Amino acid sequence: MDMSPLWISLKTSVSATFLAFILGVTAAKLMSGYQGRLKNVLDGVFILPLVLPPTVVGFLLLVLFGRHGPLGQLLSSLGTTVIFSWSATVIASTVVAFPLMYRTARGAFEQVDPNMLDAARTMGVPERSIFTRITIPLAWPGIAAGTILAFARALGEFGATLMLAGNIPGKTQTIPLTIFFLVESGQRTKAAVWVLIIIAISLAAISGLHYWTKCQIPAGGRPEK
Amino acid sequence: MALTVNIERDLPGFQLRVSFTCRDSTLGLLGRSGSGKSMTLRCIAGLDKPTRGRIVLGERVLYDSEAGINLPPQERKVGFLFQNYALFPHLTAAGNIAMGLRGIEKKKQEKIIKEMISRVKLNGLEGRYPRQLSGGQQQRVALARALAPRPQVLLLDEPFSALDNHLRSEMEQELKDLLNNFYGSSVFVTHNLEEAYRLCPNLLILEDGKVIASGSREDIFNRPPNLATARITGCQNLSRIRVRQDNTVEALDWGCFLRITADNMVERANYVGIYSRYIRPAGKDDHVNIVHCRVINVIESPHQVTLSVKPTGGETNNTHLLKLSISNEEWSRIASQSPDGLKICLPPERVFLTC
Repeated sequence: MDMSPLWISLKTSVSATFLAFILGVTAAKLMSGYQGRLKNVLDGVFILPLVLPPTVVGFLLLVLFGRHGPLGQLLSSLGTTVIFSWSATVIASTVVAFPLMYRTARGAFEQVDPNMLDAARTMGVPERSIFTRITIPLAWPGIAAGTILAFARALGEFGATLMLAGNIPGKTQTIPLTIFFLVESGQRTKAAVWVLIIIAISLAAISGLHYWTKCQIPAGGRPEK
Repeated sequence: MALTVNIERDLPGFQLRVSFTCRDSTLGLLGRSGSGKSMTLRCIAGLDKPTRGRIVLGERVLYDSEAGINLPPQERKVGFLFQNYALFPHLTAAGNIAMGLRGIEKKKQEKIIKEMISRVKLNGLEGRYPRQLSGGQQQRVALARALAPRPQVLLLDEPFSALDNHLRSEMEQELKDLLNNFYGSSVFVTHNLEEAYRLCPNLLILEDGKVIASGSREDIFNRPPNLATARITGCQNLSRIRVRQDNTVEALDWGCFLRITADNMVERANYVGIYSRYIRPAGKDDHVNIVHCRVINVIESPHQVTLSVKPTGGETNNTHLLKLSISNEEWSRIASQSPDGLKICLPPERVFLTC
């Protein structure tokens, strides 16, 4: 059995989760401090990939990255293209995973008692240290949950990937695409194996992150009796 | 270190206008909730920005709207004790204190933490997380944490509101000792007037964002300059007056005449008042300011009885009730003698006039 879909899926979803994490946490941080007029508009744009059908996201990405699209032209002037390449799978997965990361991180940041941040300010702690040493640790359970959701969403991404990256075996064919095309060509047993593999990865990711989160929160979380 | 504050802050539907100077002592900001006490503290700390004005701490200008100076809270050296303590739950007591000591070399840091821990009597508990500490211990951590970076002024926002009564008086005493040893100014916000009186030699009364009285606590409590101050300081007995002749006024709402000592005379006064604890049942030797009353309501507490009485003098439907507090023993003696009628005495030296 060709194992390439496994490696492609893992590589794609790990990269996409990483990107969505950075972009989502940054966007959440900026948006939780931003009080301008565009707040609701920006929030809507960031959430949009979550509510749109993946095929619509794929279509919009095609327009954006296509030969005549603004980003596509920019990339082709640099001598490269992303459509139907492995990068396309990462871009599609990142875009659909981003809203989950952004929304959960923002919720977690807004849960942090603003008095704690103010207390740190009056104690002379610089803003950047307040973010890394107080906000992030306190928001950590929420951020971890967002990361799990983003990873699961990236791993399961199908529609936008198919539209932007196509189904090229050994290059852009992820596990969900493999399953779809195996079932379509009647190879249900092979498809079932891939289904089991993807269930195993998802479970492992969830328990791994649960374990990691537990390690991050100090033992003092619970009162001593 | 003197703290001079003269600020205005405009918000929709609310205007804050506060100005005061606090010199090496504890200033109490007293007022109802929503009167602008906490906002004043936040402006001093740099957590809120005033619309106009100037804040000077010692030689340093913290805020000056005209000169365009607005130091960030990190550079103000202003300690802040929050109502809910706002301890960092993911850090130990020592970790909470260490947060404000960044940039100091490790050994020195440890020394300061040790010193602060023993100063607030938390020895042996420095490794505990906030949730493993009691309310009083949490407050001590918050206090140690605020004092560790050596602020030049300490701001306390209703520090006792989250404690039960027993702990409250214990912590109050400890805080008083700490404030006396803390060689800086402190501003203490509360809506509890007894707490304010016990802790603060000087008081500032705020109402609707404006200063309505300021001065020493004795002046404010004995001779409140206006009706609102009298109410905030807990005076429940207030009546409109007509001035009759020297040292005598007619209390219109009580239907009686009252003698006032010359010291307590105030020109252009509109009201007369007396705190309920100073009214007493008239004894044999009382001849001045005796008022005949009917007892309307009795509220018994463990240590005292609060009576609501209605003067029978010029009784109309509009006659206001007077309130007085007496000991339980005295009440049982009076109740057995004359259950309904009561002669009370409003000692002239305790009766004050106000605008």
